[in-house]
Parts: sequence; C-alpha cells; structure tokens
Amino acid sequence: MVEIEHLCKNFGSLKAVDEVSFGVDRGEVLGFLGPNGAGKSTTMRMITGFLAPDAGRVRVCGDDIATNPLQVKRRIGYLPEGAPLYGDMTPRAFLRFIAEIRGYRGKERELAVDSVVEKVNLQPALEKPIDTLSKGFKRRVGLAQAIIHDPEVLVLDEPTDGLDPNQKHEVRTLIKGMAKEKAIILSTHILEEVDAVCTRAVIISAGRIVSDSTPAELLARSRFHNAVSISIRANTVDGMAEAFRALPAVDSVEVLEAKDGCVRLQLFPAGDAAIAAAVSELARERNWALEELHLERGRLDDVFRDITSGESAQSRG
Amino acid sequence: MPNVWTIFKRELSGYFSTPIAYVFLVIFVVLSGVFTFYVGSYFERDQADLRSFFQFHPWLYLFLIPALAMRLWAEERRSGTLELLLTLPITMTQAVLGKFLAAWAFSAIALLLTLPLWLTTNYLGNPDNGVIMASYAGSLLMAGAFLAIGACMSALTRNQVIAFVITAAVCLGFVLSGYPLVLEFVGAFAPEFVVEAVGSFSFLSHFTEVSKGVIDVRDLVFFVSLMAYWLFANAGVIELKKAE
Ligand SMILES: Nc1ncnc2c1ncn2[C@@H]1O[C@H](COP(=O)(O)OP(=O)(O)OP(=O)(O)O)[C@@H](O)[C@H]1O
Ligand SMILES: [Mg+2]
Repeated sequence: MVEIEHLCKNFGSLKAVDEVSFGVDRGEVLGFLGPNGAGKSTTMRMITGFLAPDAGRVRVCGDDIATNPLQVKRRIGYLPEGAPLYGDMTPRAFLRFIAEIRGYRGKERELAVDSVVEKVNLQPALEKPIDTLSKGFKRRVGLAQAIIHDPEVLVLDEPTDGLDPNQKHEVRTLIKGMAKEKAIILSTHILEEVDAVCTRAVIISAGRIVSDSTPAELLARSRFHNAVSISIRANTVDGMAEAFRALPAVDSVEVLEAKDGCVRLQLFPAGDAAIAAAVSELARERNWALEELHLERGRLDDVFRDITSGESAQSRG
Repeated sequence: MPNVWTIFKRELSGYFSTPIAYVFLVIFVVLSGVFTFYVGSYFERDQADLRSFFQFHPWLYLFLIPALAMRLWAEERRSGTLELLLTLPITMTQAVLGKFLAAWAFSAIALLLTLPLWLTTNYLGNPDNGVIMASYAGSLLMAGAFLAIGACMSALTRNQVIAFVITAAVCLGFVLSGYPLVLEFVGAFAPEFVVEAVGSFSFLSHFTEVSKGVIDVRDLVFFVSLMAYWLFANAGVIELKKAE
C-alpha cells in the first residue's frame, strides 16, 4: 500500500536519508529502527508529504505524493515526533477541527470525535486545555488525531516515547488492534516494542537501510539466540563448565556468577541447536540441583548495536 | 474552500482563548480614544468628523498589527504543529488564507468596537457618513496589508518577538515612504522614478486618499495587491523553510 523508492534527502552536506526503499502492505506493522539521527523522522516526513524528497518517490495506494498530495494525505494518519498539538485548545475542540478538515460535518463530525475518544480512552481529559494534560493524555490526543478518519495508512513517529509502562502497553494494544486492516509504519527506540507489535523491522543507520527482516530473524542473529542460562545450587563451579562444554550441541560456556552457594552459567549452542533438554539431562545425571533454566530468544539490543555500529553512525548526532 | 473556513474558525477562536485578544482590543479602543480626543483634539477642532480618529490609524497599526500577526506562523513553528497542519489534506493556499482571514477578522472586530465614536459624532453633529464609511474601509484595508506583511514575517522565524520587530520595521518603511523627508532623502541619490515608486508605496498617502471619502480603484488595487503579494511570499517562505 505504501511504496517508497530510492528516497533521498540532504540537509546541506549531510545525507539525512540516502536511497531508502521499502514497501508496506495492509496488515503489516513496520518497525522503523535506528540510532538517533539515523533519518527515521526525515523519512516519515517525506512519506507524509511534509518534506519534499531530493530524489526518489513515495506512493500510497498508487498515488504519488509529489503529483497528488491531497489524495495521499487523505489516506494517511500521521503522528509527528513529539506529538505536537494546539495547546490552547481542548481535546474536543481540537479533534473537531481535525475531523472537519478530514471532511466530517455536523452529526458525522460529532460521531467521529466520540468514537475516537472512546477508542483511545480520552473521556476524562476532553474539556481541559491540552497544555494542562499529562503526557499520556497528550499522546492519546495525538493518536486520536491520527486515526480519527480511519486511515488506510498510519505513520507514527515514536508513539510510545516518554510514556510510562502502562501507557506504553495501552498504545501498543491500540496499534495491534488496528494492524489487520491498515498499513502501519512506526518508529521506535524500544526494541522490545518491535518484538511486541511489529511484523517487520527495518533498521536504518546514517540514512541507509542496513537491515530489513522480521523481528524473529533479528533475534536469530543474536549471539544469545537459543542460548540457555541456568542456576545450580552448588558451592563450587569446578568441573561444571567443562562438563557442559563437553556436550556436543554446546559451543561455549560462560560463568556469570558463583556465590552464596549458587552458580549461574550461560551456555551457547553450536549453530542453531536446541540445547535445553541436553543440559537439564546432564544436570540430572550429575545430581546438580537445577534451580532455574531459561531459554533465551535472543537479545535485540545486541543485534541492533552490531548492525548499526559498523556504519559511520557514531559520528552523527 | 470549506477548509479555509475550518482553519479560519480555529485561528480566530485561538485569539480569544488567550488574554492577548482582550488586551489587544482594550488597548486598541483606549488608544483610539486617547489619540482622537487628546492628540487629535476632537473637540477643539469643532468639526463633526472623525479625521482626528482615523489619521492616527497608521501609527496605531504600526505596533498593534505586528502583535496580532506575530503568532500566526511563528507559534506553529515553535510548537511543531506546522508539521501537523501541513500533513493534513489542505493546500498551502488554504492554510495561508485561513490564518490571514482570521487575523483580519480580528482587526475588523477591533474596528467595530470603535463604532460608538461614530455614533457619538452623529449625535453631536452632522458628519459626512460617506467619508467615515470610506475611512473605515480604508482603515480595514490598511490593516489587511499590515497583517499580510506580518504573516509573512511570522513565517520566517519561530520567535514571536523577532517576528514582531521585523514586521514593525517593514511596516514603518511602508508608512514613512510617503513622507517628504524620506522622499527627499531617497531623491538625494536615486533617480526620479525610484522616488515616485517609493512614494507610491506609502500606506499613508493611499490611506489619506481613501479617508477623504472616495475609494479610488487605484487605492483599492494597491492594498489588495499588496496583500496578495505578501501572502504569496508567506506561502513561499513556509514552503522553503518548512524543515527548519
Ligand atoms: N531541518 C533540518 N535541518 C538540518 N538537518 C536536519 C534537519 N532535520 C534533521 N536533520 C538532520 O538529519 C539527520 C536525521 O534526522 P532525523 O530527525 O530524521 O533522525 P531520527 O532518526 O528521527 O533521529 P531520532 O531517533 O533522534 O528521532 C540528523 O543528523 C539531523 O540532525
Ligand atoms: Mg526522529
């Protein structure tokens, strides 16, 4: 539904976005990741028609934003970075304004406002000036504004940034609830979020796409993918690490901690092997009191760091 | 065009959601009174007209209109709502017009509040109401021209104070350009046609013409095209400097 081809944007000599191409279909939630200054917001600003690209093009449902901006903007709901809002208005007045611009009049307008208020749980804040609202409510107003016209394409720039864990969870639930019938692009710094809501993760660094895969594939690239961490009640580690390393499927063993009669080990598999069964088997054979066994799916921040630190990313803001 | 109306409504109600609107209206009315009665010697002149009221409008507008216009775009830029506004399905023209018309309507409201002065004059004597009506129209046109300049300057910066100062400076140029002193100064080093051009841009002389009671097409064209020009520039400035 959204097709982006060879998008470029320069700010002076800085290539903020450099040959970025990807597509998003209905039902997909694309997580847009990258370090600070990678060009996520700039890309989103070009998709939503705020900035004109220096090269490349953006099409939404077949319409080119350069030649048919209004048609494209009608189809997109956009939450800009930091969720800017007219602070002197109340959420109700603000949403009425947006609804009217989106073409709703009279009764329809009230219906649209009411239903979106319901969707994002905005009732308690509806009549207070936006400036006086908590961050959580402000963000909800921003989201409400973006989805009031039930757009086919949703572009959300850091929708959960700065929210408390409960609010984050709510926003994610909301996004997941809408995922089926929309194409959603969201940027985030929170890697667990990608795992929680996204069907796809595009990582960009220094303006270039450095990875485009599913969250599961990203996890699989982690050193910790399928690794097992165990705690054993024992006073000494002697022999344990060696015994585990001797297992054919185990590649290496790290002693994480050995104190207070408890030993914690991290076991890495050889290749993609599943080692949990063999490990607990061995512990039982040796009569080691296994207190905890935890299978890791992988650590996204590790992968993220690996992928983005190879580039010239460090030198940028 | 319904979009222009929607933006217009939001912008105009925005004026009234802050104390600025009321402060502005009070200052406008009070200063109008002060200028008319004290500086303009309304009573001493012993004439049933509003000359003493209108002749100060260019000066009143010089610092009141920039205050009205300064937030139009600078505030959008500062708060980031510019991005919100310009990614809505509206055209730049609609955004520029909606905002400008709201500010203009606000200045019309300010002018309306001086109507008691007109009524008083009618009560005290027999003024030429045609002249007064033309003067009101001229004053409104002049306010529009000031506002269009202010809107454009406000688009240049995210700082309202800077917007205010630049607007006041540019407007001062437009007011003063009719004064003999200025024209002599320009004439000292520029050829005649430049002097005439500068003089023809004077708000003062066009406004004075209108407030004599005849709305000449040339004065009308002058103010309207000035507004069109500055609003066009306004749209251009936003388009160019969106990203900053
Ligand atoms: N208007 C602008 N003028 C000049 N440079 C800009 C402008 N906007 C962005 N940049 C630069 O372009 C690069 C990309 O910025 P962008 O905001 O797209 O990054 P981002 O990935 O969204 O970062 P963050 O995670 O911090 O939000 C940065 O180096 C930034 O400094
Ligand atoms: Mg960003």
